[in-house]
Amino acid sequence: MFVRMIRGAFARQWKKMLMIAFTVALGTSLAAAMLSVMMDIGDKVNQELKTYGANITVVPKETSIVSDLYDVEDGGSQTAYLNEDDLGKVMTIFWAFNIVDYAPIVDVPARLDDGSGVTVVGTWFNHHMDLPTGQTLDAGIASLRSWWSVTEGNWIDEQADGYTENDAMFGKAIAEKLGVKAGDTVHVKGSKKEADLRVAGIFDAGGEEDDQIFTALDTAQALDDMDGKVGSIEVSALTTPDNELAEKAAKDPGALTVDQYETWYCTAYASSIAYQLQEVIENSVAAPVRQVADSEGNILEKTQLLMVLITILSMIGAALGIMNLVTASVMERSKEIGLLKALGAQNGAITGLVLTEVLLTAVAGGAAGFLGGFGFAQIIGHTVFGSSITIRPMVIPIVAVLVIVMTLLGSLPAIRMLMRLEPAEVLHGRQ
Amino acid sequence: MSLLELKDVSKIYGDLHALDHVNMKVEKGEWVAIMGPSGSGKSTMMNIIGCMDTPTEGQVLLDGRDISKVSKKEQTIIRRDKIGLIFQQFYLVNYLTALENVMTAQYYHSVPDEKEAMEALERVGLADRAHHLPSQLSGGEQQRVCVARALINYPEIVLADEPTGNLDEANETIVMDLFRQLHEQGTTLIVVTHDPEVAQTAQRALVLRDGHFTKETVNNNFTGVIHYND
Ligand SMILES: Nc1ncnc2c1ncn2[C@@H]1O[C@H](COP(=O)(O)OP(=O)(O)OP(=O)(O)O)[C@@H](O)[C@H]1O
Ligand SMILES: [Mg+2]
Repeated sequence: MFVRMIRGAFARQWKKMLMIAFTVALGTSLAAAMLSVMMDIGDKVNQELKTYGANITVVPKETSIVSDLYDVEDGGSQTAYLNEDDLGKVMTIFWAFNIVDYAPIVDVPARLDDGSGVTVVGTWFNHHMDLPTGQTLDAGIASLRSWWSVTEGNWIDEQADGYTENDAMFGKAIAEKLGVKAGDTVHVKGSKKEADLRVAGIFDAGGEEDDQIFTALDTAQALDDMDGKVGSIEVSALTTPDNELAEKAAKDPGALTVDQYETWYCTAYASSIAYQLQEVIENSVAAPVRQVADSEGNILEKTQLLMVLITILSMIGAALGIMNLVTASVMERSKEIGLLKALGAQNGAITGLVLTEVLLTAVAGGAAGFLGGFGFAQIIGHTVFGSSITIRPMVIPIVAVLVIVMTLLGSLPAIRMLMRLEPAEVLHGRQ
Repeated sequence: MSLLELKDVSKIYGDLHALDHVNMKVEKGEWVAIMGPSGSGKSTMMNIIGCMDTPTEGQVLLDGRDISKVSKKEQTIIRRDKIGLIFQQFYLVNYLTALENVMTAQYYHSVPDEKEAMEALERVGLADRAHHLPSQLSGGEQQRVCVARALINYPEIVLADEPTGNLDEANETIVMDLFRQLHEQGTTLIVVTHDPEVAQTAQRALVLRDGHFTKETVNNNFTGVIHYND
């Protein structure tokens, strides 16, 4: 009987129901789009901000202590090193998923043919890794230093056919000093070995790196007999903005309670990621690079706040629309409702009837809105971020709950009205 | 004990006394007609008896129970269990078929029983119209559906407010004949009407004027068959 009544009501009021569905669809699409973008924007903005470079650096413990004690920036020649074998462990930490890029850095002093000194930096350019998770990662400074403008030649591509470990990227200043062009070869001499580095590209970094030569890790290490040694690791990770907990933990993880520790460890704070890196890399100290990590968080937070506001507003708007439509529909049906009451229907039964109708309609509208919203999210993704938005499964239950709450709230005045409706008032020709 | 008893019942709207100290007794199985000019308070009284409204003053005893001060929720339950309502307008849910309309009353009362609903439609002679929508039925047929719906839960009292007011003579005769059958089966009937012929068919006719009864006629030649004095 209930089903028949619902079906009958739909058959008769399909126009109004369609309007309700449409209203819900509009609200839902906006909410779904905003939430999808919002949940994905963290990654998007981080990817954008990644151009600012690494946000965590890992250095050997001793180096860190020395520079802490004496405040030495480039304290002469480095004495302690990280182990190259530990590089792979970076992708085994709890928050490995959030690590978008990383590269080892080893500075090796060398001499040019004219006797002057130069720093040869051994690193990865786009080092290809197949991760245990089945994903692949091309890690290295090609993306960590994506702000370098390559003025001549090209970025080194480790996967390219002609690539050799003697290919090197030359800073603008050193290239000028040497008077070399892309394709030339430069002879460098380390304390143990010599190498002929081919100028693959010349870059303008706008800083001290312009005086340096970047080449493969092995090539640089060999110059000074430093096989397996790495000076530091730069890591770019997606992080959650710091809060009090993160600040407290950053000072001393030991000061946290077990619960706090759990929360902190399992949240992608820069400090907890750094801590986890420290755990897997022997003899290391990992520290967030403050400003960058913070600004990433701030911009993100503000953008996300904006999206939450838009979501809320769209939901309120839709709820108001629903309010009008459902109230109108109940008014139109006041005779019928009065009749059902006269026949013995309790308020609950009629409320159930009307709500079922509205919710069914809302679900249909919501489903349509979902699809529309995801499409809308892609448009935003492409116009704003130049890439598609990954749809998070989380969006579905959140929006579903929002739609239901919005529909129920929107139906509230109508429900109150139908509860107050007196059968005698409508049935005895007095309207 | 009477099935229904109104004791000093008044309904006051502002300073309008729609019902003014009304007293009435209706015995079980009685067929009573209520007449009176427009605005005399007939519908007001029916609403109070039908548990759709409460009096401002006085007591309404149905089956010995005072229903004049019960909550809305209880009103609904009493209405559902004891009262069958028939209105002047043939109120049917317009997107449900005749059969479904009858079943609605069952649904809110207990459980819909299609067979029983069909039998009720047979009694009002509408078995072949069971699957028509109200819009596909004539006024007389619609009112017969309402009668079938009013009977379906075996109410103790059937209240009819101008049941034939919108019907032609032929349909009026059919509806009145249904009332006679109901009466014969022992159902208590209270029928509000403007029509003296309808009123004279009842066992007893009361006249309401300005909120109180002014006249009572007892029909000594009661047959239950409507008689037209052309
Ligand atoms: N809810 C209300 N508020 C104010 N006045 C009301 C209300 N209901 C009824 N009345 C008044 O009470 C009086 C009796 O009304 P009622 O509907 O009972 O008359 P009636 O005898 O049924 O008339 P009719 O034959 O026209 O149906 C009328 O004057 C009417 O205007
Ligand atoms: Mg009336």
